[in-house]
Parts: sequence; C-alpha cells; structure tokens
Amino acid sequence: MYETMVLSRVLDERFWILNRQGRGAFTISCQGHEAAQLGLGFALQPGKDVLFPYYRDIGLVLHFGMTPRDLMLGFFARAADPSSGGRQMPNHFGSARNKIISVSSPVATQIPQATGAALASKLRHTDEVVAVCFGEGCTSSGAFHEGLNFASIHRLPVIFVCENNGWAISVPQEKQMAVPNVAERASAYNLPGRAVDGTDPVAMYAVAAEAVNRARSGGGPTLIDARVCRLTPHSSDDDDRRYRASEELERSRRLDPVPRFRQLLLGRNVLDEAADRALRERVGALVDEAVEFAEASPEPDVETMLRHVFAEDAEETIPERWTAR
Amino acid sequence: MAVKTLLEAIRDTLSSEMARDERVIVMGEDVGAKGGVFKATDGLQKEYGEDRVIDAPLAEGVIVGAAIGAALNGLRPVAEIQFADFIWPAMDQIVSEAARLRYRTNGDFGCPLVIRTPYGGGVHGALYHSQSIEATFAHVPGLKVVAPATPAEAKGLLAAAIRDEDPVLFLEHKKLYRSIKGDVPEGEYVLPIGKADLKREGKDLSIITYGAMLHLALQAADNLAAEGISAEVLDLRTIQPFDREAVAATVHKTNRALILYEDNKTMGFGAEIAAFLSEELFDELDAPITRLAGPDIPAMPYNHHLEKAFLPQLDDVLQAVRKLAAY
Repeated sequence: MYETMVLSRVLDERFWILNRQGRGAFTISCQGHEAAQLGLGFALQPGKDVLFPYYRDIGLVLHFGMTPRDLMLGFFARAADPSSGGRQMPNHFGSARNKIISVSSPVATQIPQATGAALASKLRHTDEVVAVCFGEGCTSSGAFHEGLNFASIHRLPVIFVCENNGWAISVPQEKQMAVPNVAERASAYNLPGRAVDGTDPVAMYAVAAEAVNRARSGGGPTLIDARVCRLTPHSSDDDDRRYRASEELERSRRLDPVPRFRQLLLGRNVLDEAADRALRERVGALVDEAVEFAEASPEPDVETMLRHVFAEDAEETIPERWTAR
Repeated sequence: MAVKTLLEAIRDTLSSEMARDERVIVMGEDVGAKGGVFKATDGLQKEYGEDRVIDAPLAEGVIVGAAIGAALNGLRPVAEIQFADFIWPAMDQIVSEAARLRYRTNGDFGCPLVIRTPYGGGVHGALYHSQSIEATFAHVPGLKVVAPATPAEAKGLLAAAIRDEDPVLFLEHKKLYRSIKGDVPEGEYVLPIGKADLKREGKDLSIITYGAMLHLALQAADNLAAEGISAEVLDLRTIQPFDREAVAATVHKTNRALILYEDNKTMGFGAEIAAFLSEELFDELDAPITRLAGPDIPAMPYNHHLEKAFLPQLDDVLQAVRKLAAY
C-alpha cells in the first residue's frame, strides 16, 4: 500500500516537472488523495470488481493494474496509451482488461453509470462490487442525486466515494454545499453515509472494507466522504494563489498522507529507513524508465484519427467514399 | 406475415429480443405494470420479471446513464425516454458518454445501448409532446439514429438496433403507433441500419423523406400520378448514417429532389441531404433542391388549427411537387 502511494506521488510529481519542461501540455494531480485511494483500493478486488475512477485516481488505477508506463504513455499522448491512444487528456484513465471504466471530463456522469454497472452485476449474479469516485464539487450535480437514488432503491452493489479535498477548482466546500460533509446526504437516500479521514489509509481501508462487504453481501450501497487535501493547484493550467490562502495550503501540507503513513510504518517497525530508501530508489527507477519508454514510443498515426467511431465491422458497411471526406 | 400496428410490432420485437438474449433489459418511466404510456412495453414485465423490465425513477439522466453503465458491464439495455421532448436531461450522457466511449478509448470499450423514444407531432401533443429531435442527435458522431415508418421496418430495425455494438437512438413516430398497420414478417427479421428503401418508383422527381412524412409522400405520389407526374419516394429509414448511395441513386435517376420532413426547416435533417446533393450531384440537377418542412418556431402549438398549420399537409406537398416538376 505504501509503495503504491509513493509511486503515485513520484509519478505525479514527475508529470508536473515534465509539464513545466514543456514536454506535455497538461497534468492533473492526485497529490494529497493517495491514502484515500489506496485505502479504498485495498478493500476492493482488482480483476474482479469494477472501478469508475475520476481524473485524480492515479493510485487507484495503479492498484487496479495500470503501470507507470501506461500512465506515461497517456501523459505523452502516444499511440500505445491504453486509455485512449492519445485521444484524451492525461489522467482520463480506462482499461477494459483491468475493469477500469473510461473517464471523461464532464463531472458526475460516471455516477449514474456506476449505478447501471452495479445493476448489471446484480442481474448477472457476478458477485462484483462497483466503486465510483468523484470530487465534492460533483455532489452538487443532479447526476449525483439521480445515481444514488436509483442505486439505493434497488440496493445495488456499489460504493460511492467522494474524495473531498474541499476545493472544486477555486470554489471552497462552504460555497458548494450547506452541509458539513457529503456523507450527511446519505440519509436522504436511506443508505449509510460515512465520513472518514481520507489522509489516513488505515481508517479509509476500514470504512471502505465495511462498505464493500455490505455491497457484496446484498446490503446495498454506501456513501463515503473521504476528507483529503489538495496539495497542488487544480491542474497544470491553474494558479491557486489567486483564491487560496497560503496558511490554508500550509495546513493541508501538514496533512500530507505520504510522510504521515511513512512515520506510522517506521514507528511500528514495519518499515525502516534503509527499506524506505530502497523503495524510493525502486520507484524512482520505475518512473525514470517509464518516461524514457513513453517519450520514445511512437505518436498516433494521423491516418488512425477516423477510426473507432463505430465498431470496426459496422464501419465497413459505410462506403469508404463517403466517410473519408 | 401478420398484420400489426407499428406499436404492436415494437412490443413484439422487444419481447422476442428479450426471449432470444437474456442480456436484453428494458428500463424507463412507467414501462413495468403500466406497460408504457403508449403500451410499447405492455406485458413485458409479466413475461420477463421486474429484474429485466425496470420502472425507473423519473429522471432521464439516470435512465440513460444507468443504461450506459449496464451496457459497459455486459447487458444490452433498451432505455425508453417517455417522450422525445424529455430527452434533454440525458443529453450529457448520450453525447458526452454513450456516443464517445468507443472513440475516446480507441476501441477498447463499446456501448451497445438502444434509446427508444416517441417523437413527432399531429396528436395534439403541443410544445412538449411533439418535437422532432433527429437533427440534433444526427450531429453526434458515434450515435446511430433510426426512424422507421412502417411496422415491418420497426421490427427489423429494432432487432438490428438491439444487436448493434454501438448506441442507437430509435425514433418512433407517435402518430404512426396506431394509425399505420402493415404486414410484419414472422420470426427472425433484421433490417440493416444505414439502408434506405425505395417505396415507390417514379421518373420525374424524387421525394426523400422518413417517419410519418413518408405516408404523406406516398399519398401525394398517388394523387400526382393522375396528373401525369411520376414521383419516386425514398424512405430513409436511418437518419444517421444515412444511405448516401440510395439518395444519390434516386436523384441521379430523376434529377429533381424534394426533401420532406416535419422538423423545423432550418438545420433540420433535410438540410444535410440538400447539402449532400449539391456537393455530389450538382451537375445532374434540373431544378433547385427543394425542402418542405415545419416552420422555424419552437414547436407545434396545441390548438388544432395551429398544429395543422405547423405540419406539412397534402396540399403543400402537391404544390411543391408540381412546382418542382414544372421547373
């Protein structure tokens, strides 16, 4: 868990460096969310369960089977980018093989979809749990309400996870909702709502595991408000100094889950300094290799731009003469 | 062959597709015990159970959104939007999600989903139970848009839509539901999406149309034959991808085109047909491409006279054809 948290952080930091070096047009961060993501991830069964991530979920998609190379291919928008072949912005993850459902940019659309995927899990008796992640800004949308309402009516095996960092780009939580946390909204749907410190991976795991067990045993959905912190601007195109007080950012930095988990593991003698150094060297080498590999990987052929609008054999039924223009 | 209404053909096809493939589910408002406000899903819940025929909450966004999620996770959902006029809350899910999933994942995911919805006017549905929505959705790459005009087409195209690997918006003209009866082939009958059907051969000009207007065009063609004008009538059947070869072939033959549709004229789907003809067959045209369509007002009013004035009528078609033939 700690290793994937560190890998997520180091990858993310590298995205920013590469962006500032002009080697990629965009990045968006997981920094401050790693503990919530891995606490949730370890409660799920990658390969079996279905994940609807959002654009900050680097830790979760790594845990579900994507690799640093995969994410770097996405950053550099290369042909081999497994999420989209370089079509989508970075961090719009997707991998059918890993049961990671493709991320889009409009927020909250994934919430009703996760409900529908859980409906399919229930009707097909697959024993899967569906997990869907989103920020607290998403919870203002109608799609959030519609998805939770439907899922609760049918007691579907889905867990709704709000990675609440308190900021929807520049708008603070108190201008987003009139309740102290998103979990309170669960009562409107007659489902359990759990507020948890999402910077504590152990606490997050405990809450997520309870929700996963409930979903898998037919008990229906759970709404989790995982309070996390945002340690970066919204994205590489944002300057948060215009709206965020430096003291608030300082407070957030003190909550940084990665060094705090490290301290916990050192304190309990699960980790020692030498092992941590070795781990960080491993992770650094992995990320270096991913950068080298992805940057050297071929760009998508412009000829491929017209492909995959429809299933390929159906495409062949449209005469080439008319589609090629 | 059995004679059925368009509505019966749809209901029976939903049932036979559900029997054929247990992944097919039906989801929408009032589709269960009530069998839909038009009875298009009558008896399906009794036949296939509450798990597969689901009365959804009154929220179009989640009807389509959940159907997308179910399609991504192994089912073949048929979502019903009770009236096409109410589809707009689901626009984000249809346009940003269903239609783009395959493209945005470079073919890794597909979204085999059907959205059925009654559209069109002439039943005193007023501004919010009469709209034509095809042009808006025809502008969305990744989405197929189908509009059958006869019971047999409804069966063949609905079966094709349910078996398609991509999202299909299936438009059912509500005025045709009970007013049109026709022979429907028994058993397996699947029509290809993207193929038009030449409903009547002629030599002087082509009427290119779809949906309820097909029947008006055929009636006009009958009347005009007595005047010595021979009109060919092409039924598009699929709006997108429309059958470019068939459109080109009929105008290549007659050199004159009347495009007939009940949607607002400006930016209606007929505009695309007109643009296609002017690009591809300009040298062959003996007369200006003509469009006969609804006026550019928000939608058709409730009052009988106003509704009638909105919709192209037989006399309007006859006049337009005579003018085109005489040009």
